[in-house]
Amino acid sequence: MSFWRRELRATYAFVERNWNMVKRYWGWEVVWITYSIVNSLAITFIGAGMEKISGQPMNTQYLILYLLVGTLIWSYLSVVFDSISEMIAWERWEGTIEYTFMAPVARPTHMIGTTLFSVSYGILRTLIILGVVTFFFQIDLSRANLVGAMLVLLIGSVSFIGFGIVAAVLPLLFPERGSQMTHIIEALLLLISGIYYPISVLPDWLQKISMFSPATYVLEAMREAILYSKGTSDLLPYVWPLIAMGFITIPFGLLVFGIVERFAKKTGRLKRSG
Amino acid sequence: MHHLALNVQHVGKSFASEEPWLKRLRRRNGKVCAVSDVSFQVKRGEIYGILGPNGSGKSTLIRCLATLLIPDAGRIEIFGHDLQRDEKTVKRLINRVSVDAAFFKKLSAMENLLYAARLYGMDGATARKRIREILERLGIKELHQPLEHMSRGMQQKVAIARAFLNSPILLLLDEPTTGLDPRSKREVQEFVLEVREDHDATVLLTTHDMDEADKLCNRVAIIDNGKIIAEDTSQGLKNLIQDRVPNPTLEDVFMELTGKQLVTEEDLVSET
Ligand SMILES: Nc1ncnc2c1ncn2[C@@H]1O[C@H](COP(=O)(O)OP(=O)(O)O)[C@@H](O)[C@H]1O
Ligand SMILES: [Mg+2]
Repeated sequence: MSFWRRELRATYAFVERNWNMVKRYWGWEVVWITYSIVNSLAITFIGAGMEKISGQPMNTQYLILYLLVGTLIWSYLSVVFDSISEMIAWERWEGTIEYTFMAPVARPTHMIGTTLFSVSYGILRTLIILGVVTFFFQIDLSRANLVGAMLVLLIGSVSFIGFGIVAAVLPLLFPERGSQMTHIIEALLLLISGIYYPISVLPDWLQKISMFSPATYVLEAMREAILYSKGTSDLLPYVWPLIAMGFITIPFGLLVFGIVERFAKKTGRLKRSG
Repeated sequence: MHHLALNVQHVGKSFASEEPWLKRLRRRNGKVCAVSDVSFQVKRGEIYGILGPNGSGKSTLIRCLATLLIPDAGRIEIFGHDLQRDEKTVKRLINRVSVDAAFFKKLSAMENLLYAARLYGMDGATARKRIREILERLGIKELHQPLEHMSRGMQQKVAIARAFLNSPILLLLDEPTTGLDPRSKREVQEFVLEVREDHDATVLLTTHDMDEADKLCNRVAIIDNGKIIAEDTSQGLKNLIQDRVPNPTLEDVFMELTGKQLVTEEDLVSET
């Protein structure tokens, strides 16, 4: 009982601290949110302009929605991925990493706390972007299966969390280059997951790799639910791989993290200076 | 409660060498030997000082005790708990304050300490109350100002207060006054003595400031090149060289002892 209560409080320590950081670094939040909004708008405008660009009649509403789903989901998943994968890099930069690692907190508690923050922060940011974008475009979601879409998104988050944990390890292993590497992972996910185009347009070998990205399934399922109004049971073929990936990536991430943490403590890579 | 707060036996720690050409003196197959075969014991309630120059292995030793480094050799017991086996229990008994105060610079004192309190399982209401008391006592009125606006001396005091927030019974202070101006230094030293008294804690303190060791510590170990070369009360250490230097200070003791040590170390290296 007291064990769980302590771990619960420690979980909240990470959530509260990260929200406090968001408030204190509000200038950067304004920058990121502006950037994300403009980015989402620019991409959605590509859909709006496609008829003019190609000179052919097109289903512009469909294109807009297609790209909007891509940009929103990507914005959400990348926020979740970033804020988890940067948990180590960030603390190393602040110089607090040793303080946090010295605390009597189970590593899964640390991860759960970070994850709870990341998911709630990601949802909030995506809602803000959605709010602004709907102001610019006439978007009709009355026939979309929003419940199914949310469900897929939440289940998809789980495997992204696992990916994030694995990526978080890199700054522990490579104090200098680690966070650059996590950005490369993220860029690859963007390329192969069919965010702005069907993966069928990719070369064969890339299509094979895209099977391993959870975002691929999230995106396809979201489009089925929102563009084609598919029922939730029709989304199951996409949900199973996501659940499977979550079951694999999270324990794998924790395992890798544990091993690397031990390695870092053996080789002296936790410290930044002093 | 165990009467030995800390029992360190034959602890050693090396790192892969980063700058081989600079560290040639201490190199053995591309390794920097930061701490080698260190043993000492600290009794409950003592303030034990580890005195040594830059790069002598003080921080490495402290990190080994704080579970931040896994030693290559040796055994560490804290109040009878083996550090390797009982890591989580030990983590509840200790806290560490490093040279750099290790705060989230943009967060306020309140926010930083609240994070610390929750990490150690305290509930919000109790934590806020205790933090207010502590900060009041330190004379800090801006509970909600980012910590980066505070002087280094004040930050260091907040760091020590944070360490005591969770009532550790062994406090590890790694050069708590290095880089402070003389006045802040004195204030921090007095604060250490004061809170130690209140909390009945054991303190392990590293420093390269001879006066500080003299003033604060019940016993002092002199460390050089990762090895402890002498250990006693500061009077006892001075007595060691009484016959050679009249009215010696700890500084003199250090010069006498490390001078000798450096020679033997060099001999040792050139032999291999
Ligand atoms: N994490 C680390 N990685 C590599 N070398 C290290 C690390 N920490 C300390 N060292 C080396 O170990 C030696 C002792 O350093 P340190 O324990 O920081 O000494 P002190 O705290 O007494 O100044 C130095 O040569 C230092 O360069
Ligand atoms: Mg040091």
